[in-house]
Parts: sequence; C-alpha cells; structure tokens
Amino acid sequence: MKAKIYVTLKKCVLDPQGKAVAGALNAMNYKEVEDVRVGKFIEVEIKGSSNKEQEARLKEMCDNLLANTVIENYRIEME
Amino acid sequence: MKFAIIVFPGSNCDHDCYHAVKHVFKQDADYVWHKAASLDGYDCVILPGGFSYGDYLRTGAIARFSPVMGAVMEFAKKGKPVLGICNGFQILTEAGLLPGVLMRNKGLKFICSRVSVRVENNATAFTSAYKKGAVASIPIAHADGNYYADAETIKRLEGEGRVVFRYSTPEGDVTAEANPNGSVSNIAAIVNEAGNVMGAMPHPERACEDALGSIGGHKVFESIIKNRAPR
Repeated sequence: MKAKIYVTLKKCVLDPQGKAVAGALNAMNYKEVEDVRVGKFIEVEIKGSSNKEQEARLKEMCDNLLANTVIENYRIEME
Repeated sequence: MKFAIIVFPGSNCDHDCYHAVKHVFKQDADYVWHKAASLDGYDCVILPGGFSYGDYLRTGAIARFSPVMGAVMEFAKKGKPVLGICNGFQILTEAGLLPGVLMRNKGLKFICSRVSVRVENNATAFTSAYKKGAVASIPIAHADGNYYADAETIKRLEGEGRVVFRYSTPEGDVTAEANPNGSVSNIAAIVNEAGNVMGAMPHPERACEDALGSIGGHKVFESIIKNRAPR
C-alpha cells in the first residue's frame, strides 16, 4: 500500500516561505491571492495492505520523525 | 577537562570547536563519530554546527536518531554539560532535550554576520564568567535560527530564567531591529530545566581569539571549564 502524508505548518505559526510565494504571485498580477502556506508531501510505500494497525504505526512515524508537532500538523491518506 | 565533539555526517563546525577547546583553552578533546555508543570518560559534550544529514526533512530531525544521541541523553540526564551550537541547538530541540523549534529565518536568508547578544542569565554553567546584562559580540551563521515555542512555553522559559542570550543592540537594548531572524522575544540561547543543557544559535567557538575579530564567546568556554563537575 501507499500512504500519502501532508505536513503543514500550524495556523498560529508564521510561514515566511508562504508569504514570499504569495508576494511573488501578487507581483505576477495574481491579485486574487490572499495567502499561501507551503507544506510538505511525503509518500511512503508500505508492505501489506492498509488497516487500523498500520494507520496507528503511520501516526507514530509522523509524531516521531516526519512532522514536528510543535509547529506542524499532518494528515495521512492511505491508498 | 575532556570534551567530546560529536561529528554527524554534515557537521562542519566540529573543527572550529576542537580548535577552540584544544588550542585556545588547552583542554583535552576528541571527535566522537555519531555511531559511538558511549560517552564515558568525557566531562562535556558539544554538538557542533553544520548541516547534519543535509538538513533533510527538518534541521536536526534525522541526526537526533543517530546512535550517539542515546548516549547524549544519558550524559545529559546525569547533569553533565551538553552544549549545542547552531545545528547542535536544532538537534537538541528535535531530541526533546530543549523545548521549542528553530524555524526558517523570518527574512528567508542565510545570515552570516556578527551579532550582539545580551547575557540574560549568568547563573548557568555556560555563562557564569559573564556579568549579567553584559553584551557579547558573537557570530551567527544560519538559515534556520528563528526560535519558536508556544506562548505557554515561552512564559515558562522567561519565568524560570532559562533564556540565556538575547539578540540586542551593541548597547544591550533588545529591539526588533536587533533581532536577526525573527526569534520569539529575541531568544538566541536557552537552557533546560536542570541548567546543564544549553542550545545557542550564535557560535561562541568562533569568537574566542582576537585574530577572529571578537572574543565575545570566550567566556562560554571559560565558564564550562571553571564549573567542571567532578567525575
């Protein structure tokens, strides 16, 4: 199975990279852009099929390594 | 006094630390490869600056799982001094030995420059040679030095006097202009609850000799050596 993991900065955390990208888009005349947040997308190939136990293990991987929960949130999609 | 300077793949200030400890302060020092399992026989551990594991994922995120980090945790638990400089600070936060996180600089640029820091707490094993409120000129060189922690953690750090250095003007005023990277409350260095683990973004090892333009970091090592704990 494949797990798709989206890591994003928490709302309360300033994202200077997103701000710079939003500024660039505005400068390119995409005036409708109000805000941009930049995150990470991680694909993990996993032996076996998706199940509850594997979901729990993926959460563990996120908490321990893939995300820093002081500043980041994550979302897991299993295929 | 015997220092262990931990070398991760991608560390690049290990030689600066070694030089300062060995040649400026005439102490024993070893490079300790990140695969080492024990830190027995050492009196102080330094996690040097650099780009461990290429800063992949997040700065310090992968280094914190290096085999040696188990021994560093044990060493810290015993109350012995652990100093994390720059990438070393980032690794200590990822490892949970220090709270918070070092995020991308507010201005997004890698900043290599000499800054002033005000000594907020001189009652630590790393700063006792400074006068409280003294201003030291120490260089920084980082892209991810923007210290962040939630409001509750900051309140706790402040309340417990655990903010050790704060970015300031050369006169010692803590202003927004003197904050190079957007750190909350101009925080440049903090200690853990027990006071034996310090993380600092500025590089004291690069400011120990007149030839390098400043001796603002000299007193960090002076303090460590003076406060040497009996083995």
